[in-house]
Amino acid sequence: MRRLPPAALIGLVFTGLYFFGAIFAGLIAPYGMAEVVGDRWEPWSAAHPLGTDSIGRDLLSRMIWGGQTTIFVATAATLLSFTLGSVLGFVAAVRGGFVDQLLSRFVDLIMSIPSLIFALAVLSVTPVTVPVLILVMGLLDSTRVFRLARAVAVDVTVMDFVEAAKLRGERTGWIIFREILPNALSPLIAEMGLRFIFMVLFISTLSFLGLGVQPPLADWGGIVKENREGIVWGVPAALVPAFAIATLAISVNLVADWILNRTSSLKGGRGG
Amino acid sequence: MADRLLEIENLRIEATAYPPGEPPREVVLVKGVSLTLERGKVLGLIGESGAGKSTIGLASMAYGRSGVRLTGGAVRLNGRDLMKEPASGLRALRGKEATYVAQSAAAAFNPAKRLMEQVVEAALAHGVASRKEAEARAVRLFGKLGLPEPETIGRRYPHQVSGGQLQRVMTAMALCPEPDLVIFDEPTTALDVTTQIEVLAAIKEAIRDTGVAALYITHDLAVVAQVADHILVLRGGEAVEYGETQQIITAPREEYTRALVSVRSIEHEEKPEGAEPVLSVRGVTARYRGTGFDVLSDVSVDLPAGQTLAVVGESGSGKSTLARVITGLLPAREGEIDFAGRRLSPALAGRSRDDLREIQMIYQMADTAMNPRQTVGTIIGRPLSFYFGLRGEARRRRVQELLDQIEMGSGFIDRYPAELSGGQKQRVCIARALAAKPRLIICDEVTSALDPLVADGVLKLLLRLQAEEGVAYLFITHDIATVRAIADRIAVMYRGRVQRYGPKSAVLSPPFDDYTDLLLASVPEMRRGWLEEALERRRMESAGN
Repeated sequence: MRRLPPAALIGLVFTGLYFFGAIFAGLIAPYGMAEVVGDRWEPWSAAHPLGTDSIGRDLLSRMIWGGQTTIFVATAATLLSFTLGSVLGFVAAVRGGFVDQLLSRFVDLIMSIPSLIFALAVLSVTPVTVPVLILVMGLLDSTRVFRLARAVAVDVTVMDFVEAAKLRGERTGWIIFREILPNALSPLIAEMGLRFIFMVLFISTLSFLGLGVQPPLADWGGIVKENREGIVWGVPAALVPAFAIATLAISVNLVADWILNRTSSLKGGRGG
Repeated sequence: MADRLLEIENLRIEATAYPPGEPPREVVLVKGVSLTLERGKVLGLIGESGAGKSTIGLASMAYGRSGVRLTGGAVRLNGRDLMKEPASGLRALRGKEATYVAQSAAAAFNPAKRLMEQVVEAALAHGVASRKEAEARAVRLFGKLGLPEPETIGRRYPHQVSGGQLQRVMTAMALCPEPDLVIFDEPTTALDVTTQIEVLAAIKEAIRDTGVAALYITHDLAVVAQVADHILVLRGGEAVEYGETQQIITAPREEYTRALVSVRSIEHEEKPEGAEPVLSVRGVTARYRGTGFDVLSDVSVDLPAGQTLAVVGESGSGKSTLARVITGLLPAREGEIDFAGRRLSPALAGRSRDDLREIQMIYQMADTAMNPRQTVGTIIGRPLSFYFGLRGEARRRRVQELLDQIEMGSGFIDRYPAELSGGQKQRVCIARALAAKPRLIICDEVTSALDPLVADGVLKLLLRLQAEEGVAYLFITHDIATVRAIADRIAVMYRGRVQRYGPKSAVLSPPFDDYTDLLLASVPEMRRGWLEEALERRRMESAGN
């Protein structure tokens, strides 16, 4: 086992911390998610380590519950986009021809519309619930994953061992999951970290704009929105979730980088 | 001694290796090699891949590829120790006193610049000549190297000349600054035999006329015997034997040199005619989608069961396309293919599982023919479970049997392809083909990426397996020596047509058609003077026509 580089260690610690908080929110949050426990914007104190928010709820508890929502939505949407995008991308690469053209041009069509605007348009006519959010985000993002998966798979498909599998009479499923996937995994995993970050930013943006997670359910983007007025009065409550979003994004990125470095066969240039 | 141009003393070269899945480690590429080269002489460096020949070649300009370090000994060029020379001093001598001709001309030229621009570049950069002088010199060299239209060929771009011509242009580039030393690194290896002989002759003449000294690096002893005065045999970074060319090829002292000299001397008795054909190709014509011409036209060949049909030709002759048509990857437009008494569907999708099982394929690059993420056991085991439903212990036992058959005992079953040598990789591919119990194995240039000694081992293995299993081979190759070693029948292909076809003894004996004659006469023979004789014969024939 090689020594863990410090950047990866920092990434792992923060990522682990946030995920731990998200999973065990019910156990570690001092107060309930929507419980009003004090005055609005109380300063930091022993009772409320991060103070209270715009209507007097404990900010630390809001942050922990909000982290749960944000991380859950982002994770679910990432998994959806990856499953869908990579399977379709591999199919396009292996089948080629008409199937490839149809899928690729459809994806081009979706990608030509800015994701945020597309999402806002869809969410303004559908009920904004957590499953709908996951679905919209996952589907939109799967176009990016499709592109990458197809590009990686096309490189692998031209290898003789894929031809050998075709000549053996293997089904498309075997070729995709046994021949191509293991060789395409490391760029996809690295991309997964990156996509997860974009999902966190995406859901936070939507919530900030009011078309994401709906109150009283907490999420980090929503907490920024609820407390943004406080900035004017010198209350830092809105900066706490912003800080959380930034550190989560950076630490996940560090972890993804480390994984790519470890599994990549490209040696020399990338160190480690 | 004043006439010693290059002296390498006890040279030691190290590098850092990055084996997959393991920590990096230090490896010694060259372990104390010494050599001297006199002015105007040619020294051949010969050895298998990994012998350190290219590394030594580059080191004679005090250059190491990235990650390679020259850690000991001395390199003296024109009496100066290059290891002590500062970077600026090295810059001044590289491209002026010593120049380099790379293996792949296509990769060495900038595709966006005209040839002349690149040929005179070094001479201009070092201020050896004015542009006008340099260009005049380049034109003279083009003429000397036998390039067509020497006056104007410099205005072309690299893609507008053939591979053999490009290699000669690179030789002109190396000679243009009038260096003392040229390093030729496998300059003819990537060329067809019929082109190789021309380039070889051009290089030899240019060396003689300009009086330049040369290091000639190659793995083909027959080639280097034509141009070198002395030969240094290398193995695993160490010098094995040094001597005059004549001595090395006629009276080698070392065991290893003897093996190199006697390589490709497998005797193969042609099997009698009259056996039922297992494969019968009738009037096949094929073209790639979106192109307007036939890559194969009216190809008809028969392959008797348990025998070997060698398909010979240069690149672009349609050999590999024939393999794709037989396997069904490229459906034929016309003609039919009978296999084991049944008509094969032209397209892969229309073939039965038995059709697929009984025709197996072995590829040129064993590296890309195996999934790097699967172990040897999985690679060989998959056809066993796919075709015969073998599982678990029974499958593992059968895989081990196959490994024994390809002479690769235990201990390999759980290894990954990256942990195998080139020859072992190709053997695993053979075992995978064999696992399907095929009647026909298509071998597409299976030995051309291997070192001669390793290739010999693979050919012997294939012959033994044929005797044991009665499998027929369709053997695609450009190498006549391989054909002699393995074929029962031969089809010579040229521009998509079968030029000559029949039993080996008939195809390889006169009277020849023009192309077969050219092909046979171009195969280097392991004796001095062959090149001159071959060229003389060619000249007489073209004069006679």
